[in-house]
Parts: sequence; C-alpha cells; structure tokens
Amino acid sequence: MPFLPAPKGMDARAKREHDVVASSGMADMSQSATSPPLPRIAMAADHLPLRARLREHGLDGATLLVLPALLFVIALFVYPFLYGLYLSFTPMKGNALANYTRFFSDPFLYSTIRITLVLAVPVTVLNVVAAIPVALRVRLMRHQRLITAILVIPITLGTVLVAEGLLTYLGPIGWVNRVLLGSGLVAHPVRLVHNYWGVFLSLVITGFPFTFLLVLSYVTGIDPSLENAAAVLGARARARFRRILLPLLVPGLTITLALSFVQAFSVFPSAVLLGAPAGPTRVISIAAYQAAFEQYDYSMASAIAMLMAAVQVLVVVALLAMRGLVYRGPAATGKG
Amino acid sequence: MQRDASFGERAWALGVWAVTGFFMLNLFAMIATVVVNSFGTRWFATWLPAGYTARWYALVWDEFQLPDILIVTVEVVAAVVVVSGILGVPAAYAMARRNFPGKRAAMALFLLPLLVPPFTYGIPLATVLYQAHLAGTIWGVILANLVPTVPFVILIMIPFIEQIDPRVEAAARVFGARTPRLFARILVPLLAPGILSALLLVLVRTIAMFELTFLTAGPTSQTLVVALYYAVFAAGVRPGQSIDAMAVVYMAATLIWLLVTLRFVSPTQIVGRARR
Repeated sequence: MPFLPAPKGMDARAKREHDVVASSGMADMSQSATSPPLPRIAMAADHLPLRARLREHGLDGATLLVLPALLFVIALFVYPFLYGLYLSFTPMKGNALANYTRFFSDPFLYSTIRITLVLAVPVTVLNVVAAIPVALRVRLMRHQRLITAILVIPITLGTVLVAEGLLTYLGPIGWVNRVLLGSGLVAHPVRLVHNYWGVFLSLVITGFPFTFLLVLSYVTGIDPSLENAAAVLGARARARFRRILLPLLVPGLTITLALSFVQAFSVFPSAVLLGAPAGPTRVISIAAYQAAFEQYDYSMASAIAMLMAAVQVLVVVALLAMRGLVYRGPAATGKG
Repeated sequence: MQRDASFGERAWALGVWAVTGFFMLNLFAMIATVVVNSFGTRWFATWLPAGYTARWYALVWDEFQLPDILIVTVEVVAAVVVVSGILGVPAAYAMARRNFPGKRAAMALFLLPLLVPPFTYGIPLATVLYQAHLAGTIWGVILANLVPTVPFVILIMIPFIEQIDPRVEAAARVFGARTPRLFARILVPLLAPGILSALLLVLVRTIAMFELTFLTAGPTSQTLVVALYYAVFAAGVRPGQSIDAMAVVYMAATLIWLLVTLRFVSPTQIVGRARR
C-alpha cells in the first residue's frame, strides 16, 4: 500500500503516526468507493426482470410517489364534486329536478345569476383592458420588480381586508368623500359602500393586480426582436400593438379573461360586507351559502354550487370558442 | 427597442402612468385608513383622528380571543405547509421524471383545484366534511386548505425538478441509493430553493385563504382572516377601531411573510402559472 511521503527530518514516532493516519485514510476511501455498491448491484440484478416488466408500463417505485397526492385530490376534490352533483338531484322534497325547477322559478334565486354577471363581466373586462397598456409599459422598466411587488399586496391581503379598508375609506366620512367635498366636485357625500359600486371597486382593487401579473407574464414571453423588426420596417406603436403584440397575446389574454372572470364570479366576502347582500349585490355565492348554512338544505346548496360551476364553464368555453373564431392564423401560434 | 417620441405616444405613456399611480395611491390610502383608525381615539368628520391610543389592541387581545385565534392560525398554517410539502414534492418528482399511463389526466386533476374558484368547490367539500364530522374542527380546516395547496406545490416544483441533471440521480442510484435516500441526500438539498419558495407561497396563501376556512371552520377553529370577516360582519357589536386593530394584526402577519417570500420568488409567481 503506498504511503504518503513523510517530510524529511521527521522523527521515528511521528513518522509512524503519520503512516497510520495515511493508511487508515486510504482504507476508508477505498472502502467507501468500492465495497458497499457491490452487493447492492447484485441485489438489483436479482429483481431486474420484475422491475423491467413494471417499467415497461411506466411504473416503478418512483412513479408510486404520485399516488398519495393523487388520492388526496380525488378524495377531497373529485369526490365532493361528484357527491354534490348527486346530492343536487336528491332534494329534500319533490322529484329529482326539484332543486333546479325551484331555482329557475324563484326570482329571488335565479336573479342571482344576472346580478353576479352584471358585476363580474364589467369588472373583468375593465381589469384586462386596463392591464394591457400597464403591462406593456412596465415590461420596459428597470424597477419592474418594485411595481409588481406593490401590486401583489392587495392580492395577498385578500378580499376581506380590502372590504374592511374600503368600508372606511369610501364611506360617507372617509378620505375619498372628504376630497370630493373639499374640491367642490360634489355637494353631498357620494354613496360608495353598501351598494353595487362598493363591490365593484373592491373587485377592481383585488382583481386588477391579478390580471396585470398574468398579462405581464404573457407580455414578457413575447420575443422583443419581433417588435423591433416591425419598428425597423416603420410600424408606429399603434400598428406594432395591433399587428404584432395583440395577435401574439390573444391566447394568453383569453386565459386571463377566463381566470379573472371565474374569480370575480365567485365573489363572496366583499358582496356581503361592502354590498347590499339582501338586494342589488345578492350574488350567487350568497344564495349557495344561505341554502347550506342558514337553511341547512345541502341538496339545494349543492344545486346552486353546480349551477355556479356550470355558468363558469359556459363562459370559459365561450371565450375559448371565440378565440378560435377571431384568430386562427399562424400568428396566434407563433413564437411567443 | 426604438423609442417613439411623438406627442400622442408621450401623452399615452403619461396617461398609463397616471392611472397606475392613481390605483396605487388609493391602495395605500386604503391601507393607511385601516392603520390610522386602529390607533385613533375618536375619528369623525376630520382628516385625522382626535387623538392616538393603543388600547384597541389591548381590547382585541384581552376580550376578543386574539391569542386563541392566532394559535389556531399558526397550527393550521404550519400543518398545511408541512403536509402539502410532504405530499406535493414526491408527486412532483414522479410527474417530472416518469411517463406513466394517465399522466395527462393526473396533470388535469392537479390543475383543476387551482383553476376552479374555492367558493365553487368549497360548498360540496364542506358538505362532505360535515358528513365525516370533520368540518367545524381544526382537522377539517386543514384538509380543506390542503386541496389547493398540494397541487400548487406540485406545479411549482415540476420545473425545479426538471432542471436537475438526471445523471446526478442516476449516479446515486448506481451507488445503491434507494428512493428515500435519493430524496434525503440528493434531491432535497438540490431542490431546497424550490421547496422554500413553494412552501413560502403556500404559507402566504393559507394565511389569506378565506373561502375554504370560512366554509369549514367552527367557532373554535377560525383563522385570523375568518375571525376578521365575522368581526366586520357583526360591526356595531364592537368598536370599529378594534376591528381595524385586528385587521392590522392580520395585515402584519400577511405582509411580513410576503416580504420574506419576495426575497425568493418573483411577484408574478404569486398568481401562479408563470412560465419561463
């Protein structure tokens, strides 16, 4: 076994210790490098046929790691949804469709769909339309991160806190009304809470940053050289937006519209706290909540939840279909 | 990029900035309203309160069960963070590294809880949890909150795992490491930045998750945001300033973790699905 060369002038005892250290070090190294794997490789070879067979089906030990999470989602997301669907067809009294016929014959119930759409559609369109120019500006900025960090605050705080803040801020003696009165724009305080506009503004405060961040992630995905090429060829900003950016953004904008709409359509806390939950802002989630937790009619609540999901799916499908109708050229699938 | 400088384009840019600035001004003024009111003695028909005091915080602490609520919040958030990491990271590994039958369906299943809004699936979920006698307890709240966070961890972790060189894992396997050891010695250390950001995002989302907690919590299993909702809902029962004191505690809890999170992740990741 080769020893490390001992420095010259070392006395005999020191040299012996040096050799021992060197040799034991070498022994450790050789052991860890060669001896443990040998039996394991042999063991793996014994199992090879079985493993190979499983692996042909794409299954081995590591694949099974997906199972706990998958079972969890099936048990607590898929099963409740299917159970809710079943429950909605087993009403407390009447035939299988009783919940649905009751919903569509009671104006207090079916009007919730219209009320929610009247809130969610304008808010979604406003948020997406406003987010596009801001995102196009912000992508050119150096302090992009600061602005996005500020805009993430209302999303993080959530609708309950925004509702509580706006109650005072937009209230009759809040700062907004003080500014409006002080500047002489209005003679009496403007009513901005406990009505449609309170909910509308809270959906803008939490919804605009959400759409903005989504649009920004799509906008920054567009290759800037495409726009540069258009500019070199003489296209002005408006033409570049209409002919280059917008067609490339349409797929992303469709997804943004769908996600923002779905969020706005399921509005609950601000509709209760900032709106008029008995009338003008009695949105569909309030109807579902009241059926479940005030009348303890889980069957009816499930039916309303299913209708809520149905409206969301319908709107998303319609949006995707519209995208297919409007833009089907190669631009929509171009490099983005 | 070539900068245009015509008058119309400059005016347009200015307009965009004015609108963004106006939005941020209102956002900060709204937050300031809450903070100022929570320290105010009496605030009526003036720009600022008549005087300042900290007694609303003492009131919230002593009489409105704030300590209990905070303990429940910490328990729920900690459990959700740990369990979604334990379930999510291994599943993300399988999704990133293996091709198995039904993988596309599994991916769709993991995407759905993130795309469907919580209130829509929360009602059927609460119904099932009530039948299992879990709703109303802290266990029900934890289970409900895990529904969106487990898929969220999976989706965040997949790109992190894909960027690890598979030869590193292959080498570990050649040297005899089984999957648990592979995770403990190779993957978790290499994935630490990814796991950290995923779990921080889960933490921030769970503190602020209103809908699912609201639908499944009982009187003793409310988290901070749900307690705040009930306080605002029953406004008039207690002084308005004490509600805002609670709101400030909630804001502090959320924003401190948001600041920590933003050190590790880009803000666009908070809305998820940011592609690179």
